[in-house]
Amino acid sequence: MSEPGRTLAMGEAERVAGHSVDAPFGRALVELGHARPDIVGLTADLGKYTDIHPFRDAFPERFFNVGMAEQNLVAVSAGLARAGKTPFCTTYGVFATRRAYDYIAIACAHSRVNVKIIAGLPGLTTGYGGTHQAIEDLALMRMVPGLVVIDPCDATDIMQATHAIAAYDGPVYMRLLRASVPVILDAAQYRFAIGEARRLRQGGDVALIGTGFMTGRALQAAEAVGRDGIAAAVLHVPTLKPFDADAVAELASQVRCVITVENHVVTGGLASLVAETLFERGMTRPLVRIGLPDRFIECGSVGFLQEKYGLTAERIEQAIRAACG
Amino acid sequence: MAVRNTPVDDAPIGFLRDKAKQLRRHMLAMASRLGQGYIGQGLGIADLLAALYFHELRYDPADPAWPERDRFLLSTGHYSLALWAALAEAGVLPIEELATYGADASRLDMSTLDTTPGVEVIGGSLGHGLGQGIGMALGLRLDGRPARVFVELSDGEMQEGATWEAAMAAPHFRLDRLVALIDCNGIQADGAIVLDLEPVAEKWRAFGWETAEIDGNRMDEIVNALHGARSANGRPKAIVLRTLPGKGVPTLERREKAHFVRVEADEWGALAAELEGDHV
Repeated sequence: MSEPGRTLAMGEAERVAGHSVDAPFGRALVELGHARPDIVGLTADLGKYTDIHPFRDAFPERFFNVGMAEQNLVAVSAGLARAGKTPFCTTYGVFATRRAYDYIAIACAHSRVNVKIIAGLPGLTTGYGGTHQAIEDLALMRMVPGLVVIDPCDATDIMQATHAIAAYDGPVYMRLLRASVPVILDAAQYRFAIGEARRLRQGGDVALIGTGFMTGRALQAAEAVGRDGIAAAVLHVPTLKPFDADAVAELASQVRCVITVENHVVTGGLASLVAETLFERGMTRPLVRIGLPDRFIECGSVGFLQEKYGLTAERIEQAIRAACG
Repeated sequence: MAVRNTPVDDAPIGFLRDKAKQLRRHMLAMASRLGQGYIGQGLGIADLLAALYFHELRYDPADPAWPERDRFLLSTGHYSLALWAALAEAGVLPIEELATYGADASRLDMSTLDTTPGVEVIGGSLGHGLGQGIGMALGLRLDGRPARVFVELSDGEMQEGATWEAAMAAPHFRLDRLVALIDCNGIQADGAIVLDLEPVAEKWRAFGWETAEIDGNRMDEIVNALHGARSANGRPKAIVLRTLPGKGVPTLERREKAHFVRVEADEWGALAAELEGDHV
């Protein structure tokens, strides 16, 4: 089966291509805030930069800025959850995971409280260097027992996931794409559900398994190689935990090669999850891991850094051609 | 529903002292079965817990999750035997269950987990209690509930940075139904307090807390301070309690101050006899 893949959940790609949504997380949270008086917002001095400012402006009495104090941010959120609230707290992924890990682990996950941690600047979405680039956060959060871990790919995914995690009773870590966020998925057809991967494109030659914004680049690469007759399937895995191992195994069984694409170090995140899944099920497939190397990344423009470290559609395209060559 | 303790100003001091002694009896019995434990810290805060559970806190022993209850958060989870003693004496836990303290598969662990009735937060990772207390106080205020939140923390715990993150936030949010109970017993894991914390009360005052400093083993001072902390003046309250580890059992009071006490099997009887003397 080598005819070009067919886009499934994309709908009319042209209709949404090039569109974007401002602060999709904040918009969704405001919608929720009107319907759900239990929802409260918190930040650690990053309200403007984590897209929670629309909620702050709409519901000032339900919004708490604790200052630059991420341990307290998570602890206060846990206390609010214990009092029956549904807190959404925002900061950058580096600060949530590196500074407040013990609070996420014990005060939230071990305590099974209903706290949603929304983490800005995932991976290489900032040029501020290793202090601000959360390149290993998914690995850290994945290890916390009972925590749901999500890396959405676009504005549609973020808005749907925000509603889904609000409806879910338990602790969640979700990466955030902020400000003007591209629309890749057609909201009329796509459905986010916690723990479920979505096949966005069929194809029998190679499987692209993506999470976060890299899923969008996988779709571009699949489109490009499709013009040359290579059929690349794309599986979007927005939830790293719980992991949809069945969807991964099913797709892998239909192709000769698997390529994982993630905005994260290639250890401990999506690539590791896929490798674990395949080996556990006795499946062997060549596995190409596209993502960040085991090193801290320098400062620079986001475009330059993504290019240098291979978080591009072109890099994925090369990998597909090499795998199918 | 039987709600304990609608606080009154004419506190029965003698009754509360008797309760404190009863808590100490439970603690000695628990520790003697194990042969070890955080008995020094537990005996040190017995007076505070008696004042809270038999005078100041509003709660329903039959319904530990009653939404209107006052919350007591034991941030120092390793003081668990003191909390188990108080919860059992208060009727939240069966007295007989105290015999299982520290045993495998018991609910009465050496460090508190929130799966045991009456436990508000998982304690023990120090620095976790006060911030969660702030969140609870904010949530209760949003709901218009008059419940108060009491958070016990220790002097050693003040070395955790998160304690000061929380200390800075509570006055900002004007949480006047939040009370920090700071147990200054002078010891931590490595022995005597390793990093100078003084002046403790001045630090809390400087952060904006209405602060009292008392002898944490004198029931009249504890009750007065708890009464003083009731004022709705827009400021969180801090009570600095100077406590004596091992209080009530002279041998333990005199023993070299140890974070984790081991007592020889034949010593426990003598310690129990000391408690029944007129030392408290």
